[in-house]
Amino acid sequence: MSVMGLFFILIFSVALSWLWRQGVMQSPWLEEGEVAALRGRASAPPPSAAKVGLVVFLAVAGCLFSLMTAAYFMRQASPDWQAPPMPGVLWLNTIALMASSVTIQTAARAASSGARDRLRTQLAASGLLSLAFLVGQLWAWRELVEAGAYVSGNPASSFFYLLTATHGLHLVGGLAALARVAAKAWEDERPAPALAGSVELCAIYWHFLLFVWLLLFIVFSGKADAFGVICRRVLS
Amino acid sequence: MTDTTARPSDAIPPAETPEMELFHSHGFWTSYVFCQDAKVIAIQYAGTAIAIGLVALVMSWVIRLQLAFPGAFAFIDAQVYYQSVTMHGMIMVVYMLTAIFLGGFGNYLIPLMVGARDMVFPFVNMLSYWIYLLATLVLAASYFVPGGPTGAGWTLYPPQAILSGTPGHEYGIILMLVSLVLFIVGFTMGGLNYVVTVLQARTRGMTLMRMPLTVWGILAAAVMALLAFPGLFVAGVMLLLDRTLGTSFFMPAIVEFGEHKAYSGGSPILFQHLFWFFGHPEVYIVALPAFGVVSDLISVHARKNIFGYRMMVWAIVAIGVLSMVVWGHHMYVSGMDPLFGFFFAVTTLAIAVPTALKVYNWSLTLWRADIHFTTAMLFALGFLVTFVNGGITGLYLGNVIVDVPLSATLFVVAHFHMVMGVAPVLVIFGAIYHWFPKMTGRLMDETLGKIHFWITFLGAYAVFFPMHYLGVLGMPRRFYEMGQTTFVPDSANTLNIFITVVAIVVGFAQAIFFYNLFKSLKSGRPSGGNPWRAASLEWQTPETPPGHGNWGPELPVVYRWAYAYSVPGAKEDYLPQNAPPIEGEHSP
Repeated sequence: MSVMGLFFILIFSVALSWLWRQGVMQSPWLEEGEVAALRGRASAPPPSAAKVGLVVFLAVAGCLFSLMTAAYFMRQASPDWQAPPMPGVLWLNTIALMASSVTIQTAARAASSGARDRLRTQLAASGLLSLAFLVGQLWAWRELVEAGAYVSGNPASSFFYLLTATHGLHLVGGLAALARVAAKAWEDERPAPALAGSVELCAIYWHFLLFVWLLLFIVFSGKADAFGVICRRVLS
Repeated sequence: MTDTTARPSDAIPPAETPEMELFHSHGFWTSYVFCQDAKVIAIQYAGTAIAIGLVALVMSWVIRLQLAFPGAFAFIDAQVYYQSVTMHGMIMVVYMLTAIFLGGFGNYLIPLMVGARDMVFPFVNMLSYWIYLLATLVLAASYFVPGGPTGAGWTLYPPQAILSGTPGHEYGIILMLVSLVLFIVGFTMGGLNYVVTVLQARTRGMTLMRMPLTVWGILAAAVMALLAFPGLFVAGVMLLLDRTLGTSFFMPAIVEFGEHKAYSGGSPILFQHLFWFFGHPEVYIVALPAFGVVSDLISVHARKNIFGYRMMVWAIVAIGVLSMVVWGHHMYVSGMDPLFGFFFAVTTLAIAVPTALKVYNWSLTLWRADIHFTTAMLFALGFLVTFVNGGITGLYLGNVIVDVPLSATLFVVAHFHMVMGVAPVLVIFGAIYHWFPKMTGRLMDETLGKIHFWITFLGAYAVFFPMHYLGVLGMPRRFYEMGQTTFVPDSANTLNIFITVVAIVVGFAQAIFFYNLFKSLKSGRPSGGNPWRAASLEWQTPETPPGHGNWGPELPVVYRWAYAYSVPGAKEDYLPQNAPPIEGEHSP
């Protein structure tokens, strides 16, 4: 649960500093002139509701992955644990997901600068690279099955299936959103900058999923075992 | 101490919220069934929650009948008893209380109180209700599968939850877990809406520190629920995999009827961590909206501003943060390291500080106030007493050394029913009496309301107060039959019969409430827009009940906080949030 604790410290510090900036600690009736809570807010346009919604959702998804990782580390202590299998195809998958993160960022930039053709090619590339990642993950599952590592086998492989499935489902959800944005991008009458907001949301989501995958990859590869030992010592 | 400034223009910031595009319904189906208007969704949520809550009420009678008259009723065997205990707990905590406070009151009050036209994602909001309904139906379906619903206790602890010997280990447990996963998915959709609406859709002038405490309570509870429910989600999915695919996340190597199961090495304690990581915040997910609502009820019906508004807000935030790090106090008897017990005992007792602060502020709001003993106010005062009562027994149970002997007794049952059963339900009733005029344009009958209050309030005490004594006597909870237990005297059984009789009477007395509700709906006295002369924004809508889009052509502009009662120099004894500033209002 220490992993969850660390994630919480992050969330709470963001939330509390935001509350501070919103003037929760101020005494407006003691102040002259402009209400302090409102100072400096008019300068920058507020983020869109969709963006705030996405960030809150990412906090929820972050909780989910933190808790699963925490469970991974706690379960690791038991004597029947064997290091999880690491099919080589995971390296290729990682590269594909990184590349899709890059292309979707390029697409976001293309959308805001109005380059419609580049937006379309980059969106298509991101979709294909993400699909390649998903196919690669399924391939990794196949390799595991061939090696005799089933869901009900060693707990490490159970966690491998659980975590990759959860991550993959999040990516599938992202692809559905990306498909909707792409459908709009292929309508000729719609100017590219009108899509900048939606593509940016997709980009944020993709970076988040890449970040989660990189952490999971490190955990599966056993490089984080020492961290797990510390976590268990703090709370188990 | 009003949140205003010298010049009126200083008090209102530039508009930050663009006009939102509203969903427009056509015809019956999209107006009342698949509706995206938060007010309709709120009533759907509340109606479903109350309906399933009544089912859970009947289950509590089954439990009580068995405890008072063991073996007297042929239809209550051990299996039915454990199934009733499980379903009563799970339905009341998750499907009733969480759903009605956040889905019901949250949906109805947030947009009206912050001056929005609707939730920011109306379609997702509608989806949230339908998934909640599906979850409820899946749960109810477990009564109609072979083996019936699960009898694992509402905590669903493995390994027993999925082993034979526990009722419903065949299909009931699977349906329970699937239903919980659905509930969490649906709730996350709603929760995102509540949080983002408060953050993004506040009208001009509605700063965070001008929001009514109800909105603060619901906001904090929604944030906590979004962060805590993933714990139950992870636990539920992993237990489901243990049950269906034979993984060993939680299941240790185990022998069942002389047969070695295929499980090995899993950790039941891991499940307890994940479950209570959700389970404890859940208490405050229910309590924080109740705190907020009570603050508003007390302030309105006592005609006085809430004492220490800022401290009330800080207390809500502090309780929210602290309650995420106290889950271990549910696991004192799981054999954890004493050092962790110490840590969790300290954080648990620390929550008493902000909570006590809230109780003091409510009391000080009432001090020398112009108290109107309306039904809503009576329920709010009833909450205050009950909550303090339940909170104080919580101080006992928060200490490891006191908890260990009491943990398996009725003392714990009495404690959590007082603090998160009776107390929030009193608030729900109070809130319905208070906001019913806004929802329907009619007042509920006050005489019937007062009869309902006194029966419910005194009855709840008659049910749960004696349970403390039974618990201290050592009367165990969860047991189907006491058998030959010498330490339980005969008088304890007499007390049990008394409790059961009262519980059934109080349960049936709720018919008064439903009669009042439906009668007032048809023929109640017309209330006008603002029968309580309240200052907060939801009472200032141009129409009552509020029309689609809530505010007519122009969004309201807010000049002050929601508690401007008895302001010196004002014509009336209250100043609505959207009334322009008056001369000399700036003075603290």
